[in-house]
Amino acid sequence: MRFLPYAVAAWLLLVGLYGIVTSRNLVHMITCLSVAQSSTYILLLSVGFERGGTAPIFLDVPVGTKAVDPVVGALTLTDIVVGATVSALLLALAVQAHKHHGTLDPERLKPERD
Amino acid sequence: MDALAALSVALPLLVAAALVGLAPVCPRRAADAAAVATAAVVTVLCLVLLARSLDGPVVYWFGGWTPRDGIALGVAFAVDPVGAALATLAGVLATAALTFSWRIFEAVRTLHHGLMLVFLAGLVGFCLSGDLFNMFVFFELFSVAAYALTGYQTTNPGSVRGALNFAITNSVGAMLVLGGIALLYGRTGALNLAQLGQALARGPADRLVVVAFLLLMVGFFVKAAVVPFHFWLADAYALAPTAVGVLFAGVVSELGLYAVARVYWTVFSAPLARVEGLRGVLLLGAVATALVGGVMCLLQHHLARMLAYATVSHVGLTLAGFALLVPVGAAGAVLYLLADGLVKGSLFITVGIVDHHLHDVDERRLQGRGRHMPWAAALMVAGALGLAGVPPFGTFLGKALMEEAALEAGAPWLIGLFVVVAALTSAALLRATGRIFLGLGPPGPNSAAAGSGGSGSGPPGPGAGRAGDHHRRPHPTQLAPAVVLLAAAVAVGLAPGIIDAAEDAAEHFTDRPAYAAAVLEGVPEPGPAVAHPATPFGGPALWAVVSALLGLGLAFAALRPDRLPDRVRGGVTRLWDPVAAGLRGLHDGGIGDSVTWLVVGMATFGTLVAVVAR
Repeated sequence: MRFLPYAVAAWLLLVGLYGIVTSRNLVHMITCLSVAQSSTYILLLSVGFERGGTAPIFLDVPVGTKAVDPVVGALTLTDIVVGATVSALLLALAVQAHKHHGTLDPERLKPERD
Repeated sequence: MDALAALSVALPLLVAAALVGLAPVCPRRAADAAAVATAAVVTVLCLVLLARSLDGPVVYWFGGWTPRDGIALGVAFAVDPVGAALATLAGVLATAALTFSWRIFEAVRTLHHGLMLVFLAGLVGFCLSGDLFNMFVFFELFSVAAYALTGYQTTNPGSVRGALNFAITNSVGAMLVLGGIALLYGRTGALNLAQLGQALARGPADRLVVVAFLLLMVGFFVKAAVVPFHFWLADAYALAPTAVGVLFAGVVSELGLYAVARVYWTVFSAPLARVEGLRGVLLLGAVATALVGGVMCLLQHHLARMLAYATVSHVGLTLAGFALLVPVGAAGAVLYLLADGLVKGSLFITVGIVDHHLHDVDERRLQGRGRHMPWAAALMVAGALGLAGVPPFGTFLGKALMEEAALEAGAPWLIGLFVVVAALTSAALLRATGRIFLGLGPPGPNSAAAGSGGSGSGPPGPGAGRAGDHHRRPHPTQLAPAVVLLAAAVAVGLAPGIIDAAEDAAEHFTDRPAYAAAVLEGVPEPGPAVAHPATPFGGPALWAVVSALLGLGLAFAALRPDRLPDRVRGGVTRLWDPVAAGLRGLHDGGIGDSVTWLVVGMATFGTLVAVVAR
């Protein structure tokens, strides 16, 4: 069971990448990016997990109490903020694409080629 | 005094917040002035940091959380000359870009300036950070600002698609970086670069270390646009507003390479020192990048796209300098990065001027229409010579040092690569110069269709209609930044003692134990212990001239194919056309293709590293 979270993280990354590569709809593509991103949350949390550990709040507990690693919690929170920012920005771009160009299909947003 | 390091990141962030908050009441000129002044102040702060870091790294611990017994508890900025020099480059380019947009950006609101300052803060923070996770955060900060700036002109479908491709591919790269960080943290419990390096130095390069190395490198290769992780780059760089393109081409890809070098030397150099084949794997990527970028550059007619591929090819050359894994190579690569970034920034501004005056950036449609713009032609030619790396440009010194390193490392064939690639990129620019400003070359299919619309390299200002070309001199705020950046590239080449300074800086940059001692124990690094052998200039100067002449010859051959003997022309066509068609086809894909190539590239790089690390 120790390897399960790592397997889940790898699976989420792969399935997210597969979705990005095959997607023909921007909203779907951006959601797939979020799926791939969530693999990093699981990876980070499982790296700092401690079986039987409590939340890392060291008030009124004896010294030496087992707790999960608070640093990875902080890293995951930062990562979630970053992921939310990127998703919000990309969705805003998708809205603009739909408004100005009437399509959400990335293949139909052709740049002017030379 | 060390708080200067923090100030150079905090200041642009605060001003950006103020500009955006005050946007409704702030007069436009005041916002322009505030943005330019902030970028200039950041440049000066970074220069001061650069001067101070020459005597040993400037280390600043946020909140006073200094290390206890050699264990890093807090988050640090560790400023060494290499990082400070790149931060200064970012500041200079941002100042030039904002000055340039003074006249061009009639239509933009203060949001653009706010984003530019956030972008600058991210770039500077990335260069100065001594902490791997904070590098990731600044990496994401400047990336998100860059995505938003790329997609700024939402009315252009190419611009939106370019921004989406840029954002999605780079976000996948950032995820890989974070995965690498998580694995390293799980192994060592550290995030500080020096601490990580010390922890990993105790063990061998086992599977976890190699996988973490792979994830981090691939993530940074995406940002640096190393082949085959570069497919997002051309759309993003070519379709962003000119002022943004200056920063993209000048410093963003360079920072990807900086991260590769910084993380390799501070974290992985001890466990991977025994991996003999690593140099070969990195060199393979460098050669592929340099050649693909150079050929694609020559195939472009859209000026900004041409510069985008010139960036790819020169990233390859710089990676070759780092990939030799010797201090001299790193010294050359850093000097080359600085000078090349300045030259490309200047060229991007020149393209912006052409776009502003002629409302087009396609060399075929512009044929002969630049005859009244001799100053722009002069800037283009000077830029092309800068790309070719002829003296007195700083690119020459960088190449001279990298060639010295190539000889030292037993890879003399790299000199040939430098000559050919510099010739390819300068040939593309010289060809465009001849066609636009002298009207040379066979008439293209579109050359008669004058004024057929801007191609999006600058936002549409009120004058950007199709009323015809401006037959007047450019405004000083357009011309001055281009000239100043070129002059700075020459100054890098002529500054007395710069070679010794670069070699000293590179010695420290590549010395992991000294870096760790300086950051964790506060031990100032010893002065230069060894005298550096004088770099020979005769050979490199000869090669630079050969390169420039070859570029001129290629440009001439492209403009006057009728002057070539029939046999030569037939042979060249038979060889060149399949290559050109194949590469063009590869680069015509969408977002899915660039992510697919990312995965393929990661698998290839991973397999190669796994084979050599056995």
